[in-house]
Amino acid sequence: MERKTKIKAEDGKQELVITRKFELPVSLLFKAYTEADLVAQWMGTKVLKLENKKHGSWQFETSDAQGNVVFQSHGVIHEFVPNRKITRTFEMENTPGSAIRFEVQLEFLEFEHLTDDTSMLTMHIVYRSVALRDQMLRLPFAQGINMAHNRLQDIVRPLN
Amino acid sequence: MNLRRDVFQALADPTRRAILLLVASHSMTAGAIASNFDTARPTVSKHLQILTECELLEQHQNGREIYYYINAKKMKEVADFIEPFRTLWDDRFNKLETIMKNYNPEK
Repeated sequence: MERKTKIKAEDGKQELVITRKFELPVSLLFKAYTEADLVAQWMGTKVLKLENKKHGSWQFETSDAQGNVVFQSHGVIHEFVPNRKITRTFEMENTPGSAIRFEVQLEFLEFEHLTDDTSMLTMHIVYRSVALRDQMLRLPFAQGINMAHNRLQDIVRPLN
Repeated sequence: MNLRRDVFQALADPTRRAILLLVASHSMTAGAIASNFDTARPTVSKHLQILTECELLEQHQNGREIYYYINAKKMKEVADFIEPFRTLWDDRFNKLETIMKNYNPEK
């Protein structure tokens, strides 16, 4: 299977680059980032606020199947050029008492016309430190391991 | 390169991750590993085979028993995992693509 999404994360750097080629005209790709109901669909989150303009701000909130809020994020928009570029900040709300602390990150989103039916997205994300970048990179893996661990606890028979 | 992909495919399965967690502290026989799961023994054997093939597990013979233990070097190699992170974004972007292909502004 072709790997459409590529991640470039060099050792010791506090940034990463995500690139993805889409079989979509650039205008549709851009729209997926700017219309609240579309963002909600593909990000699987509730969009509380999305002001697509310089100095605008955005706010997302994700709930689990039971309706408990599991994830909140927000930021401000610094640059907004239709079908070309969005520069914004992204920050996850920290869970009180959680061992993992997040800090704000800076995101440069570039939308590129390739052909009339294809486009390219480049997300350049800059973190405050290498450690914070690596923490974010490992998060989905850690969640996978936690799930496996919970499952293990469910299936491991009592040993005593 | 293909091998690397195999490692992540091997790790994508929750039962196989559970097996790795089980043998992380000490080596175990296939029977001992299988006794921790409700899954049929041949299914566990298949998982062990996959984990061994991609070198996440290693075997050593002790008398008539074969013990499985974790390949620490291999685990370390994949420890700074970005694959699940990549998959997360890939899934999201696939969804975006599907939604936008069906997008009808007239509606």
